[in-house]
Amino acid sequence: MRQILELLERDAQLSHDTIATMTGLPVAEVAAQVQAWEAAGVIRRYKAVIDWEAADEAAQGPEDITAFIDVSVAPARTVGFDDVAERISRFVEVRSVYLVSGGHDLRCTVTGHSIRSVSDFVSQKLSTIDRVQATATHFVLKTYKRDGDAFLASEPDHRLPVTP
Amino acid sequence: MRPLNAVVAACPPSGIRRFFDIAAEMDGVISLGVGEPDFVTPWRIREAGIYALEHGYTTYTSNAGLPRLRQLICADLAVRYDVQYSADSECLITTGVSEGLDLALRVLLNPGDEVIVAEPCYVAYEPCVAFAGGVPIRVPTRWEDGFAIDPTLVEAAITPRTTAILIGSPANPTGAVQPRAVLEALVTLAERHDLYLISDEIYDRLTYDGTHTCLGALPGAHERTVLLGGFSKAYAMTGWRVGWICAPRAVAELCVRVHQYTMLCAPHISQLAAVEALSGGDADVAEMVADYDRRRRVFVKGLRELGLDCPEPGGAFYAFPSIRRSGLDSETFAERLLYTERVAVVPGSVFGPSGEGHVRCSYATALPLLEEALERIGRFLGSL
Repeated sequence: MRQILELLERDAQLSHDTIATMTGLPVAEVAAQVQAWEAAGVIRRYKAVIDWEAADEAAQGPEDITAFIDVSVAPARTVGFDDVAERISRFVEVRSVYLVSGGHDLRCTVTGHSIRSVSDFVSQKLSTIDRVQATATHFVLKTYKRDGDAFLASEPDHRLPVTP
Repeated sequence: MRPLNAVVAACPPSGIRRFFDIAAEMDGVISLGVGEPDFVTPWRIREAGIYALEHGYTTYTSNAGLPRLRQLICADLAVRYDVQYSADSECLITTGVSEGLDLALRVLLNPGDEVIVAEPCYVAYEPCVAFAGGVPIRVPTRWEDGFAIDPTLVEAAITPRTTAILIGSPANPTGAVQPRAVLEALVTLAERHDLYLISDEIYDRLTYDGTHTCLGALPGAHERTVLLGGFSKAYAMTGWRVGWICAPRAVAELCVRVHQYTMLCAPHISQLAAVEALSGGDADVAEMVADYDRRRRVFVKGLRELGLDCPEPGGAFYAFPSIRRSGLDSETFAERLLYTERVAVVPGSVFGPSGEGHVRCSYATALPLLEEALERIGRFLGSL
């Protein structure tokens, strides 16, 4: 069953039919299982992996700015960092939030249309949350790989068309 | 001019070559004719090759190959198949299984000795036997039996000149995996008639139903088996040209002797990359094998839905469907399919007479292309 999730995570466009053939499971079982996962929130949603740098170039669209924000938080009795992390997570500008070990407590990803809008967000929204003590902002200059997808030129197929 | 070597001159060029020449001239061809992985060598292995090059490992190695690589190969065989070979005296590194096969035949055969070859089989088997001064004796296998070798046919083919039986499992072109019982029967025959067994196990890691049986690990087989393996298929390293022979000491010693005069050693850089392949864990092999398996299921099902009988290929990355219902011989089928629908397959007849009525399709091709190829083959069948 885990195999179905791994297949979908790699290619969400695979049909239930193809997944059934690949795994040797009956189609009805695959369909029912996927539906159950969708209902239970195991499968949150389906989306495309986009190389935005290439897309912006092709569409001559505005470049989105991404920054990693390290946040130091004073933990509180009974909730630790959870309440602050949840507050941060609710902002649409925030793409990811992790509790991490090391010099800071939370590592967030924030996107915006300009350096200005991201820094405004950090100084006006993030830093002003209660118990947020400090932030360190790292703007992304170039993305090479994200979530297992390397945005490199694909390697051409050097094989001869017919070989023994 | 004086006549050239009669054996070589009498050997016809590979039937695969002709299809390569046609396909290479055409645009928009989906090739199912490729006998190698569509993956590029995993990066960790390439990186080790780059490191080797940067640091000047551009010299010869010892004739038998890097001791570290031989140790890793023997340890890996011991773990996976519970078979023991001495890295010092029973293992040598070759430039692919191709050289390994040539060495084994040259060392085992005297002029006129016979080698039993189950066909359809890899295109090099019979020519290599002939080049080594031997005589290939064909034993047919049938798709109705899943291309399993019939030991009674093998026994019937044995004569006083028979020296060895040559087996490839999992097989190119059929994808067939020889059942353990068949291999055991062949070992019994070899013991009874004092024969050698040459076992080409280049596809050993690419099996999909159950585990691979290593011939050298069967009781009674070790002392008369020449085991051939390599890195080309499992690690997607075809162009690196690195393989190995494991064999009883006396055989291995003579293999090194021929190798030291003809090849000297396998490429140093490739040997270091192979060290990384074996020492870096199996995660990438497992991922590639799982991917072949998924494509195998989709492709074989697709062929069957087109009405082509296709025995279940248990290993390698080939399907070998019967095309008899088309009414065409395999060469005409492959040629017309290439010209009308631009799908390249290899006619089964190039792999031996029992391959007639089949075509070899490699599913080491991206899934969308396989699906497109199935569509085109369906259109072709409909046009007949």
